[in-house]
Amino acid sequence: MSMAPARKYVSARIKRVEDPPLLMGKARYLSDITLGGMLTVGFVRSPHAHARIVRIDARAALAMPGVEAVLTGEQVRAFTQPIRAEMSGASYRSTDWAALAWPKARFVGEPVAAVVASDRYRVEDALDAVVVEYEPLPPVVDAEAAMTADAPRLHEQHPDNIIIQARYDNGETDRAFADAAITLRTTFRHGRCTSAPMEGRGVVASWDAADGTLTVWASTQAPHFTRAGLAAALDLPESRIRVIAPAIGGGFGPKMHVYPEDVTVCALARRLGRPVKWLEDRRENLLTSAQAREFVAQAEVAADRDGTILAFRATFICDVGAYSVYPTTAALEPMTAAGIMPGPYRLRGYSYEAYGVATNKCPTGAYRGVGMAFATFVRERLVDMVAAACAVDPADVRRRSFFAQKDTPYTTASGIIVDSADPAGSLASVLDAAGYDGLRAEQRAAGNGRLRRGIGLCAYTEFTGMGSGTFRRRGMTQVSGYDAATVRVEPTGEVRAFLSAASQGQGHATTFAQVLADELGVPLAAVTIIEGDTERCPHGSGSFASRSMVVSGGALILAARKVRDKTLTIAAHMLEAAATDLVIDDGRIAVRGMASRAVTLADVARLAYRPASGTLPPGVDPALEATHHYDPPPATFSNGTHLAVVDVDIETGEVRIVRYVVGEDCGTMVNPMIVEGQLHGAVAQGIGNALYERIVHDDGGQPLTTSFMDYLLPTTMELPSVEVVHSETPPPGSVSGFKGMAEGGTIGAASAVANAVADALAPLGVEVRELPLAPDVLHRLIARAARDGTRA
Amino acid sequence: MKQRAIRVTVNGRTHERTVEVRRTLADFLRDDLDLTGTHLGCEHGVCGACTIVVNGEAVRSCLMFAAQVDGAELLTVEGLADGERLHPIQEAFWEHHGLQCGFCTPGFLMTLYCFLREQPDPTESEIREAISGNLCRCTGYQNIVTAARAAAGSLRAGAS
Repeated sequence: MSMAPARKYVSARIKRVEDPPLLMGKARYLSDITLGGMLTVGFVRSPHAHARIVRIDARAALAMPGVEAVLTGEQVRAFTQPIRAEMSGASYRSTDWAALAWPKARFVGEPVAAVVASDRYRVEDALDAVVVEYEPLPPVVDAEAAMTADAPRLHEQHPDNIIIQARYDNGETDRAFADAAITLRTTFRHGRCTSAPMEGRGVVASWDAADGTLTVWASTQAPHFTRAGLAAALDLPESRIRVIAPAIGGGFGPKMHVYPEDVTVCALARRLGRPVKWLEDRRENLLTSAQAREFVAQAEVAADRDGTILAFRATFICDVGAYSVYPTTAALEPMTAAGIMPGPYRLRGYSYEAYGVATNKCPTGAYRGVGMAFATFVRERLVDMVAAACAVDPADVRRRSFFAQKDTPYTTASGIIVDSADPAGSLASVLDAAGYDGLRAEQRAAGNGRLRRGIGLCAYTEFTGMGSGTFRRRGMTQVSGYDAATVRVEPTGEVRAFLSAASQGQGHATTFAQVLADELGVPLAAVTIIEGDTERCPHGSGSFASRSMVVSGGALILAARKVRDKTLTIAAHMLEAAATDLVIDDGRIAVRGMASRAVTLADVARLAYRPASGTLPPGVDPALEATHHYDPPPATFSNGTHLAVVDVDIETGEVRIVRYVVGEDCGTMVNPMIVEGQLHGAVAQGIGNALYERIVHDDGGQPLTTSFMDYLLPTTMELPSVEVVHSETPPPGSVSGFKGMAEGGTIGAASAVANAVADALAPLGVEVRELPLAPDVLHRLIARAARDGTRA
Repeated sequence: MKQRAIRVTVNGRTHERTVEVRRTLADFLRDDLDLTGTHLGCEHGVCGACTIVVNGEAVRSCLMFAAQVDGAELLTVEGLADGERLHPIQEAFWEHHGLQCGFCTPGFLMTLYCFLREQPDPTESEIREAISGNLCRCTGYQNIVTAARAAAGSLRAGAS
């Protein structure tokens, strides 16, 4: 294999090539797709958290102007299969998620019937006219309550509501606790969050009766998973379904799943023989797009007198909602949390129990920082509690408890192998950039008025770029784990690459172009990146779990090298030189040291696509194209440190973020401008999760946060400017040198903010053990501490 | 359903249409005029993605009916650039990576278009307040604020 040309574009701050159409309103999102004769679909949704559907009367709706059809769960089950997320492993219990609920609905918002009409206005009119008779059943809306023996059962075929459970002990935990000078134990809680991309979900489906194929435009992060999920639910071969992801208005996880609405819309297109469209509105988004983060954990830490962390014990109970999501299953959150808990720490002991428990609430699924954000909150709070108990600075406890870079690849106490990381280096860089000692001095000077100053640290590892090895180990049988790229030099010399990734705003058209242009030695402008189409792009997994740059990027590099080698072989024949004597740059292949003895890539392509006798070297086939399916090592880890400085108003419970510093290590950065942009956005979501965002249900499972006036996303007024310090610990054995980095900002931010608030309020006796720390929550904690203090 | 005839100028072009009185301005623009650059993020007036300019003022097109703009002059994101030449605000968003998925972007651009005409030399906190009614889930707003400051600078330079 030839040497790669020097990297010219990778690591450069290059403006995004996808931006002009987005800026001019020309980009086509799902909602902008209109087909001739297209009908609109809307859903009648269960108003009950748990109810038997007795009967549905659609007669009045069907008589309304513009209404073409009403479909019920009883009808749709005759020609669709429920969505069933599978997993290997004895403790897992699958759930059947019907395209339309029948005979019972298991959460508020679950689709019960579909109305098809000429346009959205007629659909909304008719939805109100569908009469559904329900027999309410007792709901269970709390995971701990759902685990009790007499709790109402969601899925009658199973003996209880526990969908997944796991136990682990590295064998040293009890001894480490017995030997420890300090042990602390407490319970942590995290409220429900949702990813709330600005664009909701959506599907357009069109059935071609002539050849029996279904074309589906979907706002999806994983076109091939969507195709597989739809094929199973519709009893169609995958080859008969084409899934196209148009411009996507944000995803952050939930758009990797397959939902009942997707199945119903496709089934309707097939049965009606007309294109149909459904767009999730914001209320539906807050009711039914996969939610996340709802955990309770009983956790213990063992430490030496000097604060060195020795061991953790934890029981994670994750409220997974009513169904196990496809294709990652309800195990995703609890198992990821349990596995990542040791983070960057060198532990003697670690043991856990983890449960995913069904409740009568919206299913939970992938959301930026899945599992990791909560485990990090538990761990980093415990670490700070140890620091307080030992009267040691939190930075010192971390420094002396991390594993060392020289010990990588490091097998953590949960058995996960961190391929590369420098936790102490990351911490030092952040303390240095923030001027930590100065911040502590300022804090002391700030005094004990109404505004209390706090400083919080968080150290984390981020699981990225997972290959099939990780998904198989987790038992996730429906997740492929590899990704793929086809690189094609067209007959005219233009370069196109087709990838199994699917951008939702991450800038793939730019970053993959940078990678490819460097590998082939062509100008950036000569390269076009194509994604999001199961017919044009090779089979792979898609874009989730911080994998695109590692896995699709790896596939792209390996495919590009095949094309480069072939290019050089043909060019060598043309130039009557040895391939090893050629250099490739800016689209020209020249004999080293003889710039005038050169051909262009277009010259090579012309020959490759129009060969004549003897023009191609012996044994070289025509055309200039290669595909590579790349299954990476099980994972590569990014790591980082966050530092937050906050002022807490102890009268109102309002938290202002005064300073925010991130130390990020994601290996080689393809485009630092895009890395920083992702960090800013990820931190914003972490701050939102920490301070404002929560899906609230009443005791009957009725969601109370179904608009953006209730589910509060942070605005410009709440968010700080984030200072970023980069470092690069290269992953060993990596094709690219890249690590994933989309989630670190979210993983770190919630915990850094929580620790800063805890630091600010420690003198008042407030203990921070829950998220979000919304003003009303803080107000309650401050009042309770004052009461308890008075009583003491 | 009651209908009304309206005449409206959008991005310099006059349209005459008959609309149901309940038809929102956003749906009218997107579905009747095929101006799909205006996006709907919440349809209840919080996210600001559907912001357009009506008679010189930034409004949420999800909260207005088409019938209300009879006789009005509208500017949407499609009318911001001069052919293929980006408006200085668009140029600044591109230069400073002020967008990721791009879904909320038209609303920010139109909000800033009005704001920067009122306040050509804003401070960072004035910019933050001006766009505090627009939600973005990708950027954390940091680069949007930077882009807005840069846009203000280039608009001032262009005006002088």
